[in-house]
Amino acid sequence: MDSIEKNLLAEVAGIHEVPAGAYNIRANGALADRKTTANINIVTKTDKPGIDIIIAPGTKNESVHIPVIISQTGLKDLVYNDFFIGEDADVTIVAGCGIHNCGDQTAAHDGIHTFYLGKNSRVKYIEKHYGEGDGTGGRIMNPTTVVELSEGAVMEMETTQIRGIDSTNRITRAKLLDNASLIIKEKILTHGDQTAVSDFTVDLDGNNSSANVISRSVAKDYSKQTFLSRINGNNQCAGHTECDAIIMDHGSVTAMPQLTANHVDASLIHEAAIGKIAGEQLDKLMTLGLTEKEAEEQIINGFLK
Amino acid sequence: MLELCNIQYEVEGNKEILKDISLKIEEGFVALTGPNGGGKSTLAKIIAGLIKPTGGKIILDGEDITELSITERANKGISYAFQQPVRFKGLTVADLLTLAAGKNTSVKEACDILSEVGLCARDYVDREVNASLSGGELKRIEIAMIIARGTKFSIFDEPEAGIDLWSFNSLIKVFEKMHKEIKGSILIISHQERILNIADKIIVIANGQLQKIGTREEVLPELLDTTGECACNLLLEKNG
Repeated sequence: MDSIEKNLLAEVAGIHEVPAGAYNIRANGALADRKTTANINIVTKTDKPGIDIIIAPGTKNESVHIPVIISQTGLKDLVYNDFFIGEDADVTIVAGCGIHNCGDQTAAHDGIHTFYLGKNSRVKYIEKHYGEGDGTGGRIMNPTTVVELSEGAVMEMETTQIRGIDSTNRITRAKLLDNASLIIKEKILTHGDQTAVSDFTVDLDGNNSSANVISRSVAKDYSKQTFLSRINGNNQCAGHTECDAIIMDHGSVTAMPQLTANHVDASLIHEAAIGKIAGEQLDKLMTLGLTEKEAEEQIINGFLK
Repeated sequence: MLELCNIQYEVEGNKEILKDISLKIEEGFVALTGPNGGGKSTLAKIIAGLIKPTGGKIILDGEDITELSITERANKGISYAFQQPVRFKGLTVADLLTLAAGKNTSVKEACDILSEVGLCARDYVDREVNASLSGGELKRIEIAMIIARGTKFSIFDEPEAGIDLWSFNSLIKVFEKMHKEIKGSILIISHQERILNIADKIIVIANGQLQKIGTREEVLPELLDTTGECACNLLLEKNG
């Protein structure tokens, strides 16, 4: 692995050397390295590109890293990764994609991740997208995440895309059974002419199921973002969705929360706030000695922290 | 020393918020008082650079700072604690103290400063300065930032507002300690007799005009010689 690939790996998976626990590293469309553990098996799919990650019931405090890195210009990578989480397991899964494109052709990664969470299992899923390289070729990522939560299962999903990705269309679909709970925290910063679409649909089918979909985003320059968040309350359940966005320069953000209650005991809330950085926030930090630009950076870093 | 020379501030419609204010603030503890809407906060914002005056000059230690930005004034040693502290989603108390101090603040330093304003550091350093904090807590954090800066000219805009009785005493101690350690000027906008009582100098501003400036002994008796909250209005009538 060369230094560009090592850097991508550090950015998207926070790993510098070989990660602890199970992992599967995909580089330029092919398997680069893999490790399984007694409780976590990783198997290459035979019918299409991708892997199955099988986590044994009762597995506790283990982690799986499945980073994807692309450093070849013009490469278009499509993978299907399926995660089977056994009952009562409690694991952390770190996925991420880094593209270094210094050529003139588009490099793209479309990952389709499907999670099947067994009864009372817990997953913390962390996904980072990162792009770099000074080529004119586009860096495109279109992740699809499908989540099925069995009774009592809990999934916390954190997705981050800060700079570097020219176009992204993120689709997330979730279905929750009784007592299941889903928390999604999304952070996005776009700049230049980038576009980002996040499209969430959560079906709260189970009794006492709950979902919280939170997005914090910053749109700079001429970038455009769209946030669609649909929560369907089909049983006694609680759903909350929140979009909090800062626009700068000529940025544009559209927030479309959509709540549907199909059950009299469904309790659903949406909040959306879009605006520029408050002048008084800049003023306050400037009275501490920061320049306007430094103040802006601090406010945005804090907002996306 | 800070000197204001013929400061004027007019807004659209020729409404004069401040009319030809000239005064000098030397070292020590100065209280700025007067009725609501009289122009006190506007004057504080003009000193800190948040508002540009429509006329006049501001001189800090012999240097004309009228055209300097907020940042430049901050770096020359002016600090300003807002009347209504600003909330920040995501920035923590520790982040703000670090930015205020201009260097990484150790846990011990942050702890010392927060205890001075009556907050338990352990409960607060990692708290976000967002809507989850009460008005009183925000006020104390605002004051903590000024302590962390330790500059020669500090302005506090109604620091006691929203602060309970117990912490009022601590607040006075904070000002006394700052005064002793920095030997600079502390300008406090306040209506509280207890704050006016410890001031070396009192400035009264009403209706956009300087009504009175002098030592506590010179100004306070006249202010108190009137009934309750109408004190400043009566002073206005006397002078008017």
